[in-house]
Amino acid sequence: MSEADSRPPKIRIRGLCKAFGPKVVLDRLDLDVPAGRSLVVIGGSGSGKSVLIKCILGLIEPEAGTIEIDGRNVLAMRRAEREAINEHIGMLFQGGALFDSLPVWENVCFGLIAKRRLKRREARPRAIEILAQVGLGPEVADLSPAELSGGMQKRVALARAIAAQPDIIFFDEPTTGLDPIMGAIIDALIVEQVQRLGATAFSITHDMASAQRIADTVAMIHKGAIIWTGPASEMRHSGNPYVDQFVRGSTKGPIRMEVRR
Amino acid sequence: MQTVLAFLGGIGSGAFAILAAAGRVVLFALAALWHTVRPPFYPRQLARQVVEIGYFSLPVVALTAIFSGMVLALQSYTGFSRFSAEGAVATVVVLSITRELGPVLAGLMVAGRIGAAIAAEIGTMRVTDQIDALTTLSTNPIKYLVVPRVVAATLVLPLLVIVADILGVMGGFIVGVAKLEFNASTYMTRTWEYLKAEDVISGLVKAAVFGFIIALMGCFQGYHSKGGAQGVGAATTNAVVSASILILVFNYVITELFFAR
Repeated sequence: MSEADSRPPKIRIRGLCKAFGPKVVLDRLDLDVPAGRSLVVIGGSGSGKSVLIKCILGLIEPEAGTIEIDGRNVLAMRRAEREAINEHIGMLFQGGALFDSLPVWENVCFGLIAKRRLKRREARPRAIEILAQVGLGPEVADLSPAELSGGMQKRVALARAIAAQPDIIFFDEPTTGLDPIMGAIIDALIVEQVQRLGATAFSITHDMASAQRIADTVAMIHKGAIIWTGPASEMRHSGNPYVDQFVRGSTKGPIRMEVRR
Repeated sequence: MQTVLAFLGGIGSGAFAILAAAGRVVLFALAALWHTVRPPFYPRQLARQVVEIGYFSLPVVALTAIFSGMVLALQSYTGFSRFSAEGAVATVVVLSITRELGPVLAGLMVAGRIGAAIAAEIGTMRVTDQIDALTTLSTNPIKYLVVPRVVAATLVLPLLVIVADILGVMGGFIVGVAKLEFNASTYMTRTWEYLKAEDVISGLVKAAVFGFIIALMGCFQGYHSKGGAQGVGAATTNAVVSASILILVFNYVITELFFAR
């Protein structure tokens, strides 16, 4: 047993439920995210991946269940406590979610400036250092996010996610909208930065190649519940018919997509 | 019978929806006020909004005020000359501008310019996950986005109305002297003769309330927008329409408070 396996999970989710009106999105979901490891949740569109990540981040309030980070139930915390927890969390949004009104360097150091951990005059050189870690040069620092390509925006968003040297980093569909080469570059950067920081990584994706590259452990979500968890190396021959169908991208199998013909 | 019940049910559910929306606006306003007095504060954001709302609204408010003053002088003259009361033109112009037209027209023009801009900017931030990104960066979106806009609009609208009052009276003076051949000195004497501090102060109080309403409705509609570009468009329209209606409603309420005997 490795050192990582012997530690209590960084994130422990039990009985998580969330519905929007009559539509049940998360149905008594249980999941452990091991400390210092990279867990990728795979699943089809509408399976509850995004709602799960938003519940963990405190962006959506679930109806029932517990979410523990480092053994503390974040759902029972006051807002200030929750904000303190968020200071140790980084998040890479699917579309980047960079602030249009700010230049790249302010985007990268936003969290550090906002929490007064860095003065503005110190922030720009620091941002340039962080941008270098994701393969971007100093000439990018003063550009507006709108002036960047999709791949560069993702890298700036990754730089922002790692700027505060978080303990946990969330990745929401990190390769969506990128060509396969840029997707692989982003995945490599994610693996490199997560290992450098010794962070716990939690990703959601339906890109199987990306999942294979960045995951230590893979969990499959279907109809709001985790139906399979295993090492990334076993994902392609899990023996679970749902996982097999999803990994193969087959239309034949137990997963029925809600498509009218 | 069923048709009648369905009709009454429609009225009832419509009334409940309006009450629920009003409740959400009030709660949003209370949250904005609460966060106005609690740190952290964002003075750079406040300064940016003061420039955006105040300085860049000056041309439109100035033009509206000066032409309103000119039209008012002309209309008053043609109307009052029917019963030989031309001498009251200067007094009517100054009282109408300071009590009503200055604050209401400035409010409506700023609602169109700034209310729409605020709703569009915050709405776009909502649908592109930028507001969620603020939360994950331990920054309260109400404090960072809403408070600076509401405070700035509440502070600068009275300043804009002072400018509108001066230019509106000046517009009346130009028409009065150049076209209607009033004596300049007599016109100015009549302008000051019946003007009381209460007239100007009521207009400035109205302006502060209108500024609060414009920014609040812009922020509220933008903050709760959903559904992509269409949702942002709807938020923008709703912000301008709701702010304009509330300006007219509160204009009556404040007038009643100041001048009802």
